[in-house]
Amino acid sequence: MEIPVSRRTLSRRTLLGMAAGLPVSAALTACGSSGPGGGNVGATYWYLSSQPAEGVRAGVVKAFNKAHPKTQIKGTTFQNDAYKTKIKTAIGAGQAPTLIYGWGGGTLRTYADAGQVEDLTSWFGEHPEVKKRLFPSAFGAATVNGKIYAMPCERVQPIILYYNKRLFEQVGVKPPESWDDIMALVPRFNAKGIAPFALGGQSRWTNMMWLEFLFDRIGGPELFQAVIEGEKNAWSNPAAITALTKVQELVKAGGFIKGFSSITADSNADQALLYTGKAAMMLHGAWSYGIQQADGGDFVSSGGLGYMNFPPVEGGKGDPSNSFGNPAQYLSISSKASDEEKKVAKEFFANGVLQDAEVKQWIDVGSLPIRLGTEKLLAASKSADFLQLTYNIATKAKAFGQSWDQALSPMAAETLLDNISKLFQLSVSPEQFAGNLNAVTGK
Amino acid sequence: MSALTGHPQRRVPRSILPWLAAPALVVFVCFAVVPLVGVVVLSFTTWDGIGAIQASGLTSWRTVLTDPGLPHALRVTFLVMIASWAVQTPLSILLGTFLAGRPRYRAALGVVYFIPLLLSSAAIAVAYKALLDPNFGLGAGLKVGALSKDWLGRPGLAFGVIVFVVSWQFIPFHSLIYQAGVQQIPKSLYEAAQLDGAGRIRQFFDITLPQLKYTVITSSTLMVVGSLTFFDLIWVLTEGGPGDATRVLALDMYKRGWQGSQMGPASAIATILVLIGLALALLLRRLGGRDAGESQLEGA
Repeated sequence: MEIPVSRRTLSRRTLLGMAAGLPVSAALTACGSSGPGGGNVGATYWYLSSQPAEGVRAGVVKAFNKAHPKTQIKGTTFQNDAYKTKIKTAIGAGQAPTLIYGWGGGTLRTYADAGQVEDLTSWFGEHPEVKKRLFPSAFGAATVNGKIYAMPCERVQPIILYYNKRLFEQVGVKPPESWDDIMALVPRFNAKGIAPFALGGQSRWTNMMWLEFLFDRIGGPELFQAVIEGEKNAWSNPAAITALTKVQELVKAGGFIKGFSSITADSNADQALLYTGKAAMMLHGAWSYGIQQADGGDFVSSGGLGYMNFPPVEGGKGDPSNSFGNPAQYLSISSKASDEEKKVAKEFFANGVLQDAEVKQWIDVGSLPIRLGTEKLLAASKSADFLQLTYNIATKAKAFGQSWDQALSPMAAETLLDNISKLFQLSVSPEQFAGNLNAVTGK
Repeated sequence: MSALTGHPQRRVPRSILPWLAAPALVVFVCFAVVPLVGVVVLSFTTWDGIGAIQASGLTSWRTVLTDPGLPHALRVTFLVMIASWAVQTPLSILLGTFLAGRPRYRAALGVVYFIPLLLSSAAIAVAYKALLDPNFGLGAGLKVGALSKDWLGRPGLAFGVIVFVVSWQFIPFHSLIYQAGVQQIPKSLYEAAQLDGAGRIRQFFDITLPQLKYTVITSSTLMVVGSLTFFDLIWVLTEGGPGDATRVLALDMYKRGWQGSQMGPASAIATILVLIGLALALLLRRLGGRDAGESQLEGA
């Protein structure tokens, strides 16, 4: 067959020449994306989906927009795990929303060190009434080097040990009062074909909650504090090795639901296991109460759900009142936002976040908002029992640790989560786990 | 571009022809070459994705090359590649040959086989993840013990599931290629073989398969190079787990870059991925003979 253009005509040199000769500006214009366009003055805000919390968040934005017709906030929702990645990418690309939602701690420190978030210290100085109405403990994770970089918002979320009361009655056992009780319950439930613990292990931070409590109950809060301070070989402390060994013993004993390593927490499947009676217990954040209330039919309202703080470990040093979780959620202002956008965001902090309506809604879904002076509302709520437990943990815990993955830098957190999933998979030993982590957290 | 059309080469209109490649070239340079150069540059830096980018020489490369995660990810990547090739190729050839046949009903079947190709990888993965859920999935729902295994929670099974789902998704596409390939084979070859007394099976092995040589190479190149970029499917199904059992190179890159905020090492892995892809594509071209334009009817 005759080919009209001989191969020589379209030589490599011609092509390269053309590539070099392309108007650079044209190419760059085609490559670049246009920034956010002008138009209405308004701040952007990304928040997490998953009901019932999504509804509360959307309600706050709606109420604010109604009261401020000229300065709107535009909300976009994301799934939890997807959001954590998306927000980092967006900040790095200079495309962050005006309001950066997060959990404070190590991640906020990264943003602050890179100058990506506004220093709000002076603003809080000018608006003492905003600071005064919130839990003082909420400001710890918002503070980097003595400066406040975020507005605490939403609710305190300690991690709770939930259990299905009906299954406990059915099997004829009592809720665990110690680690040995937990280990003794495992064969009792397994014998009846009920998984002792539900776990959404693919999400990894779910497994991490187990280690947080075991580290605390066995070695006290100072055990993980040493990690945060970058102490050398902090993970090889005998107490840490004991904790890591204990969690593997639980895995080996069949303590977790079959297939836990392929269950994601974002799908709420772990919580469904508890309220559908496939699993007897679950360690999960306080937010899970609202989810079980919303999705579990009459499970919560008929008193099927039991809850307690994590029990002590025999011979351990940690105070049994200690807890872990999120002292609050946090809103920072992107330093890349325009002055108008920043103004809207600050107005939102002053007159949008945790107003009476929002406080009431959080309480309705069984959450403890970080606003002071809500005792009456809490006592009158249909979730009064659960809120009382959360309130006691939040206000009386000797130590309330921040979730490890939020307390550490993102890089160390990723290594941690990666190794935790291998630990639960029994593919690394406690000693290997300690070695892998010493390498990234030790100074 | 207006200045270029006025180029004084009226006598040789052929020289205009290379410029017809310009639109494709702009897109290619913009979306392939520029980012690629960016990635290579980033691999010599330290960047957490948020703060300032700092040049750091070979630090990222040293981190990546000394990490035991790299040989593991490479091994998983190649195993997925080989296994999915070995499953897809024979099945696609057989299906393609079958569909290329005369009877009408085969065309109807072809439409059905084609369905997986219309679905996005993420949708397929979400569907399979739900079906394979050990507690709420197909096995638990139908109360079939054999189906309610911990499909995505055990390293060996999870690997098998990924190869299966990848094959399920891409066999239709490769069958289509083989169907076209088989239809190109001259009927005279089969008629001659029949006269010589060759049966169906003999005809398949002695005529169909040798004649499909170039189709096999094309389809294999697509499979092999394509398998380097499996990401969405594995991400949704297992996120590289359990542990790191299904963490292919592309996932390792993503996890390091976006979850671990280490853009330098992630870029180094991306560069390795590009090099492997190029090497494989070149190798497969070599296997196909020096001149891809030579007659496909050799020996006929």
